[in-house]
Amino acid sequence: MAGDPPRSAGPAEPQASRLADNLTYFARTLRAAGLPIGPGRVIDALKAVEAVGVGTRDDLYWTLHAVFVNRREQQPIFDQAFHIFWRNPQLLQKMLMAMLPSIDAGGATEEEREPMLRRLAEAFSSERDGAGDGRESEEEEIEFDAAMTYSARELLQKTDFESLSNAEIEAAKRMIAAMRLPIMTVRTRRYATDRNGRRIDLRATMRAQLRSGGAIPLRYRKPRRRHPPLVVLCDISGSMSRYSRLLLHFMHAITNDRDRVHSFLFGTRLTNITRHLRQRDVDLALARVATKVEDWSGGTRIGACLAEFNAHWSRRVLGQGAVVLLITDGLDREGGEGLDREMERLHKSCRRLIWLNPLLRFEGYEPKAQGARAILPHVDDFRTVHNLDSLDALGRVLSSPGQRRLEAQRSYRAVIAGRG
Amino acid sequence: MRQATSPQDATASSPARALPGDVDETLALLGAGNYVADRSLATALFLALKLARPLFLEGEAGVGKTEIAKVLADTLGRRLIRLQCYEGLDIASAAYEWNYSRQMIEIRLAEAAGGANRDALARDIYAESFLIKRPLLQALEADLAGPPVLLIDELDRTDEPFEAYLLELLADYQVTIPELGTVAAASPPIVVVTSNRTREIHDALKRRCFYYWVDYPSAEREMQILRVKAPRAGEALARQVVAFVQKLRGRDLFKLPGVAETIDWADALVQLDKVALDPQAIDDTLGVLLKYQDDIARIRGSEAAHLLGQVKAELAAGAR
Repeated sequence: MAGDPPRSAGPAEPQASRLADNLTYFARTLRAAGLPIGPGRVIDALKAVEAVGVGTRDDLYWTLHAVFVNRREQQPIFDQAFHIFWRNPQLLQKMLMAMLPSIDAGGATEEEREPMLRRLAEAFSSERDGAGDGRESEEEEIEFDAAMTYSARELLQKTDFESLSNAEIEAAKRMIAAMRLPIMTVRTRRYATDRNGRRIDLRATMRAQLRSGGAIPLRYRKPRRRHPPLVVLCDISGSMSRYSRLLLHFMHAITNDRDRVHSFLFGTRLTNITRHLRQRDVDLALARVATKVEDWSGGTRIGACLAEFNAHWSRRVLGQGAVVLLITDGLDREGGEGLDREMERLHKSCRRLIWLNPLLRFEGYEPKAQGARAILPHVDDFRTVHNLDSLDALGRVLSSPGQRRLEAQRSYRAVIAGRG
Repeated sequence: MRQATSPQDATASSPARALPGDVDETLALLGAGNYVADRSLATALFLALKLARPLFLEGEAGVGKTEIAKVLADTLGRRLIRLQCYEGLDIASAAYEWNYSRQMIEIRLAEAAGGANRDALARDIYAESFLIKRPLLQALEADLAGPPVLLIDELDRTDEPFEAYLLELLADYQVTIPELGTVAAASPPIVVVTSNRTREIHDALKRRCFYYWVDYPSAEREMQILRVKAPRAGEALARQVVAFVQKLRGRDLFKLPGVAETIDWADALVQLDKVALDPQAIDDTLGVLLKYQDDIARIRGSEAAHLLGQVKAELAAGAR
């Protein structure tokens, strides 16, 4: 490179190439650990290191950090990778020498007591001995691929998820996958050209005028409408397990049907599964979810989970007037402790909060559980979700603006006061 | 100051100060603008300046993201062009708009003169003189003082389509106007993008920038900030304020106090003629630090007194 500043020691040519090698190798390690790093980034990194100069270890760290990390979550991975990769304190000599840093995936040296992130350990080891994990053979399930008759479908629509046979569940999954969920649209502050609009679109008018000459042909525009973000919070505790299996399919279907859908699962803790559900293949997506979630069919701590959601996620996903679907039976192991306060906050942070409760299918269901009584005053709508029909009905609920907040609150308060 | 060598800097060698030549100079530059920064931030900023890439700053509200752009414009002697984002922000108010009334008059005049050639007319009225330039386009204009600092503030408040529109600007420093063609910057502006993370910004945009997460400062760094930003607060008071705020950040609160709140609080206490913290003063001024009623209710009273006790004990232990 012509404009390269002269380096202090050694011939410039091999040094630069060794640096490039090391950086490429480092970038590949990070990529294997899951950071999205393309070849462009490696070139950037090279330029960056040349610009800063390989002065101190700290400078190199922050230089590479600026180039490679673009999410806060990536920091710990980068941090560990950096310290393991550039372990040797005599960094410059190391770079000058014609050898790649020796990586020990097992962390064999005695002084390195810190536990390596699992992903990173895998990344290092796969870099060394090449990828080669055999895929476990998956158990094949018997599939019905014949299209159902109309009446069979009709029956299936009304059957409670709880009483579906395995074969019927497969069929139901397919119907859910084909489901389209309409959701109300809200006016945005953007405009689209529209013949029946109220406002004049000056830009389009000017262009039309040039084309025609003579009288000015007015063009109109009106506000564009768009569906708000949708946030799904689904209970996967033991009491919900029969439903949550199919509801996961439902969540997968709506995630891939539109943008701005965020999905969370909670039992004893909250898990964000949005990214896993983005995977188009439903089985792959759910398999990924299964590995991520650790509290399947356990107890429920609704209050604590909602508190976590409010503290860490509400500001990130509830912007721009989100609609929240809360799917739970309201049976709380902790007796609804702190739930009232968290529900109130959740309710106040979103445009609309809809509670879906499979228990509501029973005639004369009364919100007697303490959890349910804490939730009910803070929802805008209260619906059942126990069969395919109720999922369809959910579409109608979502596409209408629904009753106003104060009315909803009053009516649900009356339910509790009257019957409780 | 060392003379910059890269070509884009050469064009900017005018009355304004030259860009910093290394990380230390960047740190000094920010220091000259009364901005106390971590070396990590200075590194990211230096890279952004050196490689002419936008700097993407993300972090909680009140940690000093916007301030960086202001200080940069101030110390480098450049013009600051600020684009505050909001929901529904569109091209007409962010980049450019045609001056329709002037265009219409022009057409009428041409018609009145008779024999208006339609093609020539189209060329005439879609000329640059009929263009109303908004912040993004202004930032591409050459400036005597050197390329301006373009601050795109709170990008997360706008929607994805606008983000997509920015891609061309951030990657190539140019804006394409369908009627006119591409307007490219004579020399690339210094671009700072900030986000409060009320939603995720798309990776395509982040890719084009250097990313930096602006975190809450350490106690030591916050002390330096207070010395610079709230000099009227005595050393003892400042120490207590910082220690107390650092303690608060360890609590389970809905909104943790940022640096801006620390500075405000120190100022507030000075206004109340306090030279040291006491439980009453904390309770009276807690609204400066915490902005949610739940948080205030949780801390006010015994909790605040308890924290203050810890702070005093630790400071006493540190002094010994």
